[in-house]
Amino acid sequence: MVEFLQQIINGLSLGSIYALIALGYTMVYGILKLINFAHGDVYMVGAFAGYYAAAVFHWSFVPALLFAMAGAAVLGVAIERIAYRPLRNATRIATLITAIGVSLLLENLGIVVLHPEPRAFPDLVQLRMVRLGALYINNRQLVIVLVATILMIALQWVVNRTRIGQAMRAVAEDQDTARLMGINVDRVISFTFALGSALAAAAGVLVGLYYGRIDPLMGIMPGLKAFVAAVLGGIGLIPGAMVGGLVMGVAEVMVVAFLSSTWKDAVAFAILIVILLVRPSGLLGRAVREKV
Amino acid sequence: MSANKGANMDENKNPVGGTSTRRTRWQKAIQPTVIVIAVVLLVALNLYIRRPDVDPYILGVLCLTGINMILAAGLNLINGFTGQFSIGHAGFMAVGAYTAALLTTYRNFPFLPATVLGALAAGMMGLVVGIPALRLRGDYLAIVTLGFGEIIRVVINNIPITGGAQGLVAIPGYTTFYWVEGWLILILVLISNLIRSGVGRCLLAIREDEVAATALGVDTTFYKVLAFTIGAASAGVAGSLYAHQIMYIDPSVFGFFKSIEILIAVVLGGLGSLTGSVLAAGLLTALPELLRGFAEYRMIVYSALLVLVMLIRPAGLLGQLEAVDILGWRRRPRPQWRTTGAGSGSDAFAAVQADLTTTDRLRGASK
Repeated sequence: MVEFLQQIINGLSLGSIYALIALGYTMVYGILKLINFAHGDVYMVGAFAGYYAAAVFHWSFVPALLFAMAGAAVLGVAIERIAYRPLRNATRIATLITAIGVSLLLENLGIVVLHPEPRAFPDLVQLRMVRLGALYINNRQLVIVLVATILMIALQWVVNRTRIGQAMRAVAEDQDTARLMGINVDRVISFTFALGSALAAAAGVLVGLYYGRIDPLMGIMPGLKAFVAAVLGGIGLIPGAMVGGLVMGVAEVMVVAFLSSTWKDAVAFAILIVILLVRPSGLLGRAVREKV
Repeated sequence: MSANKGANMDENKNPVGGTSTRRTRWQKAIQPTVIVIAVVLLVALNLYIRRPDVDPYILGVLCLTGINMILAAGLNLINGFTGQFSIGHAGFMAVGAYTAALLTTYRNFPFLPATVLGALAAGMMGLVVGIPALRLRGDYLAIVTLGFGEIIRVVINNIPITGGAQGLVAIPGYTTFYWVEGWLILILVLISNLIRSGVGRCLLAIREDEVAATALGVDTTFYKVLAFTIGAASAGVAGSLYAHQIMYIDPSVFGFFKSIEILIAVVLGGLGSLTGSVLAAGLLTALPELLRGFAEYRMIVYSALLVLVMLIRPAGLLGQLEAVDILGWRRRPRPQWRTTGAGSGSDAFAAVQADLTTTDRLRGASK
């Protein structure tokens, strides 16, 4: 039982990371109906931005985190501007292939520019164990959950309480009508990419902090898993991404703890396949009939 | 969108784009020439590799090229002709490779039956994956095929008989240039005949508009699964050829990157162009070998190429045309890929409508 609770805690901290990445997928999908394959790599770039801020400029945790988020936001906007915007009216397959291309480009540029060897991420938060009854919680896990919670609350506030958030929701609902209402759709889309990329970068820094190492291909698997988390929760739904991320994190940690770590990467896809067959609209989603 | 579709319907009365049955006199004259050139090249290649001093390295590259051509052609049947976006092709290649390699290595099977069984296993896997996955559309299908590809890899990694992550060693090196050539020609003939048949028209109709195809009485699920299974089986053949050429396989060979490499060949050549796939696969296999010094930058060039092609020419280099169409100076309006609107939908549908009797017969036979 203690073991189980311990794993739940580990799962929740991993899940918070997935949730942060999943938010970017779900927001972009909600607005553009595009799986932004490059999102996992934006997360990688965010981790490296945090690494340079901490290791080269010797910044502390919060400035490094903010620097990474800002850097990734710029990257996200640039990707949308250069690669996705010209294809706004193209087929979804064409945009999907482009997204895969951008993702590969970032990974391979990462390999050449940043070198493929993993790097040690600086100790921005001193490791300490916190005892809670029979459970041990590492303070980095607390930092992860705390930062993720703050960011998600901030996101909820932006989306539900600000003008730009209202515009985002309008564009997600109906792009053409939103444009007729005088909303600058391009700017809203750029803003969405900035927001999603910043959250992914935060996840990247947190992962660097937690595992202590980063490399240019670190974004592939978490990126795919976070996408699965977004689908699991109901793609296009912000609370769905949060729930999906947490469920995903817990499920993965449980498989590693009670089955075998070699099956780790198959869990996500098994979940995905089951959810798409049983409940394609996701845990929190409602079924939408396709209009012809 | 709809206005565009109407315009297209008026100016374009020919049935089925890309695989037209009506040809100009010029084309009739030029097509045998193209075929003759292809045959001459093939014979020249065969004579060249018979020379005793032939470089085994070049021979190896030629075999790999052929294997990649098979993979691209099979994926194009799924992605290009049926419009179902699959990015897990390497998974099926893995199934074929492991099945055949296990049979030859541990059970002393001859090469041909082992490869056939490998293809059957991969086809079966395609069927198993395809039936649930093909209920989904577009990007969901893409991510599920990706997921299945990864699952296949993880499973191979975890079952003892495959040697796990250490891989399978001491596979007999049965693959020769002739085997690759023979399988390549067989598969190309099969696929090109398939897409010109009634079945092929149904596939094209599904690609153009699935809802409309259903409305015309096309059993979309059946045809999608059929295309998927055939594509998967051909990947199985390629896997077997690959395993018996390299004589060593491990799960990392069949990862996501391999799927993407095949996809790049298909997209670059043109979704819906068989000759395009073959040419692009050949180019993409041979070029990196020639540019060994730039190995580091190969994937950067590939991925940048992928983005650029999508931005500049989303239909790929040949679009939906075949080499004979281009060399045949075809004058009639060409169907376009759907980026420009509804495209050749009307063509495919006219043909399907004309062909409904065939469809019914086929469906009858399939049930």
